[in-house]
Amino acid sequence: MIKELKSPLRVVLDNYGRINPESIEEYIAQDGYEAVGKVLREMRPEQVLSEIKASGLQGRGGAAFPTGLKWEFTAKAKAAPKYIICNADEGEPGTFKDRAILEGDPHKIIEGMIIAGYAVGAHYGYIYIRGEYLLSINRFNKALKQAREHRFLGEDVFGSGFNFQIEIHQGAGSYVCGEETALMESLEGKRGNPRFKPPFPPSSGLWGKPTLINNVETLANIAPIILKGADWFRIFGTKECPGTKVYAISGHVKEAGLIEAPMGITLREIIIDYAQGMRDSKFKMAQVGGTAGAILGEDMLDVSLDYASLGEKGLVLGSGAILVMDETTCALDMLKCFLNFFKRESCGKCIPCRVGTEKLLELATAISRGEGKEDDIDLMLHTAKVVQKTSLCALGQSLILPISTILKYFREEVTEHIKGRCPTGVCKI
Amino acid sequence: MKLRNKEKDVIALLSKAQRENKHNYITEDKLKLIAQEAGLSYGEVYGVATFYSLFSLKPRGEYVIRVCDSGPCHLMGLKSIFEVLEKELKIKVGETTDDGRFTLEEVSCLGICNEAPAMMINEKVCDNLTPQKIREILRELRKKK
Repeated sequence: MIKELKSPLRVVLDNYGRINPESIEEYIAQDGYEAVGKVLREMRPEQVLSEIKASGLQGRGGAAFPTGLKWEFTAKAKAAPKYIICNADEGEPGTFKDRAILEGDPHKIIEGMIIAGYAVGAHYGYIYIRGEYLLSINRFNKALKQAREHRFLGEDVFGSGFNFQIEIHQGAGSYVCGEETALMESLEGKRGNPRFKPPFPPSSGLWGKPTLINNVETLANIAPIILKGADWFRIFGTKECPGTKVYAISGHVKEAGLIEAPMGITLREIIIDYAQGMRDSKFKMAQVGGTAGAILGEDMLDVSLDYASLGEKGLVLGSGAILVMDETTCALDMLKCFLNFFKRESCGKCIPCRVGTEKLLELATAISRGEGKEDDIDLMLHTAKVVQKTSLCALGQSLILPISTILKYFREEVTEHIKGRCPTGVCKI
Repeated sequence: MKLRNKEKDVIALLSKAQRENKHNYITEDKLKLIAQEAGLSYGEVYGVATFYSLFSLKPRGEYVIRVCDSGPCHLMGLKSIFEVLEKELKIKVGETTDDGRFTLEEVSCLGICNEAPAMMINEKVCDNLTPQKIREILRELRKKK
């Protein structure tokens, strides 16, 4: 059980820690599968689409694309069959929200997938769960079996004539497979190399067929929206980014864990109100959105953590991972760690990303050993820009964000290494 | 409607082959066999097997220790974890002990960041690691025959 920090408000995590996730009866007792019943008995697919659109729900995997619009594109696609995919390949460092949802409330995801299938006209769904999440896989397997026994899955669900099946695909270890087209390649049994876009999945996805792919947390919002309505959903969060967000907090805070909070909470509120403050030393920086996210310094403590507010500043909320770092942290040492991650996880399809990540790590390592040159910092920025502009997927495109923001705040600290001194004493020079 | 044919799903076949091998890896013969079964070339199957970090093409130990090396674990004291493991096992990352019991691997985020630093030993999660906790875990595993 992941520690959940006191969250008074719950949409996504309403059942988390409160019901036995392996009991469908307990889920049903919390109005479980009522949203599916309501949709199949009372709503036409177009009505479901307009409800989701009206809610303003955005993709919670990180890209924040309007969910209703994505559903509509897939619904309008002419080709058949169509597929639903739940992206549970949670690999962004610092993120453990999807694991919590899968482990704590798997039926909610099944419900979201069935409703999505009905709305876009798909009869088959896959959930791609990363291979390391064994408990998630086991719990989801059990949940699927129970849902089939209760005839929420299979043929003629709720006597409506609608058929829907779900199958689990177990990942085999790859960060880039979280990218939607790479995930589809992987589901087809191939190397997880991202595809060119367009075409986008709603017109050509899995096996070239129209495919709707949504993140776990996105799908966990569907049943509540259907049951309580789009207007209710819009009470939470901001006008541009309605709803709640599950943030995952780690690092130098007193209490690490998950919180569900309205979109638009600030970093200061998260650290002080939920995580009970810093552990030993003063706040230095936080990385928001995972390793592919930006570094936020003290001046950003009161910025609203929602997609729109961060987007305006050229930053990202991403998966909602928040890594808090105190003054004992060496900015360059962390940058090296991030670059090592990108180097390891680059799939190698785009040469600038494959070679660039290697070169970036070499540069950062040389600087950390006191072997760097003055212009190495600008060379890093230039290299990152080239990788950003010439890579196919978000891995290569977004690595400039941690690099440029670390250098924005801590260029002097990095330069000190070139002069032969690590100000925090972390790097051995 | 096109559905996955499990008999021809390379990733599932590779997983099964690795699970059934007592040294935790996929042999060259098995790769060739899977290529045949799936109707693909050896190169294609080799490409898939080497893409995913959970697959290994060389023999590994009875216990595969996979230490998370991503931001949150790195921040929470990962360096000392690697030092202790390398010293205790007398191997470097990517190597297997001479007695064939332990393999040490460095992996990306395992999603246990709230209990960092963390690692997995085969299918078991070990979190909130300290040098002392690691020594205890190794002692327990060494006792098992």
